[in-house]
Amino acid sequence: MHLEEFAEGNSFFHRLDPRVKFITIIPYIFVIAFMKGLNGPVLSLIISLVMIAFTGISIKKLLSRLVVVNAFVLLLWIFLPFSYSGTEVFQIGHLKATREGFLQVLSITLKTNAIVIATIAILGTSEVFSLAHALVHLKVPDKLVYLFFFFYRYISVLHEEYIRLKRTMTIRAFKARTSIHTYKTYAYLIGMLIVRSYDRSQRIYKAMLCRGFKGKFPIISHFHLTIADLCFGFLMTLITVLIAIISKNG
Amino acid sequence: MSFGYANGRKIFNNLNFSMEKGDRIGLIGPNGAGKTTLLHLIMGLLKPDSGEIEIFGKVRKEDRDFTEVRQRIGLLFQDSDDQLFCPTVEEDIAFGPLNLGKTHEDARIIVRETCEKLGLNGYEKKITNRLSEGEKRLVALATVVAMHPECYLLDEPATGLDEKTTQRLLNYLRENTHTYIIITHDLGFLKNVAEKMYVLSDSFIKEL
Repeated sequence: MHLEEFAEGNSFFHRLDPRVKFITIIPYIFVIAFMKGLNGPVLSLIISLVMIAFTGISIKKLLSRLVVVNAFVLLLWIFLPFSYSGTEVFQIGHLKATREGFLQVLSITLKTNAIVIATIAILGTSEVFSLAHALVHLKVPDKLVYLFFFFYRYISVLHEEYIRLKRTMTIRAFKARTSIHTYKTYAYLIGMLIVRSYDRSQRIYKAMLCRGFKGKFPIISHFHLTIADLCFGFLMTLITVLIAIISKNG
Repeated sequence: MSFGYANGRKIFNNLNFSMEKGDRIGLIGPNGAGKTTLLHLIMGLLKPDSGEIEIFGKVRKEDRDFTEVRQRIGLLFQDSDDQLFCPTVEEDIAFGPLNLGKTHEDARIIVRETCEKLGLNGYEKKITNRLSEGEKRLVALATVVAMHPECYLLDEPATGLDEKTTQRLLNYLRENTHTYIIITHDLGFLKNVAEKMYVLSDSFIKEL
């Protein structure tokens, strides 16, 4: 399982200090999320696209991620147009699809994609461990950071465990069908995964005890701000303020 | 000492075992005989049901007593994924020394020296979970070595390693360590590293 495919590369974005990334992306996301109308969302989508263009991430990989997000958005296209009152566009039975509804869902679609693309461009281009480091430096509670980091560190180990179990099922001619046998087998598979991950967590904890773990994780490497980081931080803040003003004034 | 697991499985019944400084011990025995259990008891990760564990001239009972033991004895786990949990090799190696109260400067020096000793130069910034099995084992060993233990407990260190990596491991053990217990099923490997051999089976331990 490859979770960091966007983090490989050497663009301007890949080299940015992750602390600056967090500090700048959070207001950017909030401003976009609270936008109304279409001007702001269109503008921010364009800005996000410009950012992603700088990262050199392959369009194919990007699209494969966007498909997942937009599958959820698609559901909104089915329901939202009918849940706003306003100028009627068409009618199915008693349900009226309104222009206001369509504009609303279009705005949500633009905003969602702008946020996801910006997140991939800014956060996706850092490795998870440096993001976790940045969070520690930004005084996010340790426990949350470790939860996030351990989740990431061991999800691929668990995934391998899952693949191994799945393989042992396959070589014994298991085929998924709609039958009690299939459900039972999947239940065993999940049960086994839980048991094994519990065992593993115990072993990891023991290994940490052996090395003098007392509840604190020391950090050895530190980040250093560069001129590029400061420029990016300044530029992002400027952009965020600008799009906030533009969307507010319609 | 006697020990049994909570599920009722009896492992040791009045087991007697002692080792001295400078002992290079190989421990063999069938699966489930309690080889790993013995090492975990020594580290205080498991507690005996009855009997006594005396290490470095002191009887060890509580977790507190084992803090010193864990600093002076290094345990290499069977599965390297259990041992390596930090993002980078450097941090994983520095984890122990920093816990022991070393400064960042000292920790960095220890990391560099340890990597040199084990031929891991250039691995410092690598991501631990992207290493190969053999590399993981060497890095796991490095995390133990970095604590400068007086005694090593190695749980199947050579399993799954190719000849070249095994050789590197052997060289390290021969040149840099004096006291250890090695668990293995590989008799050929054992002949190269152990001066004394013990067999553990049916809750008894005897010298070969």
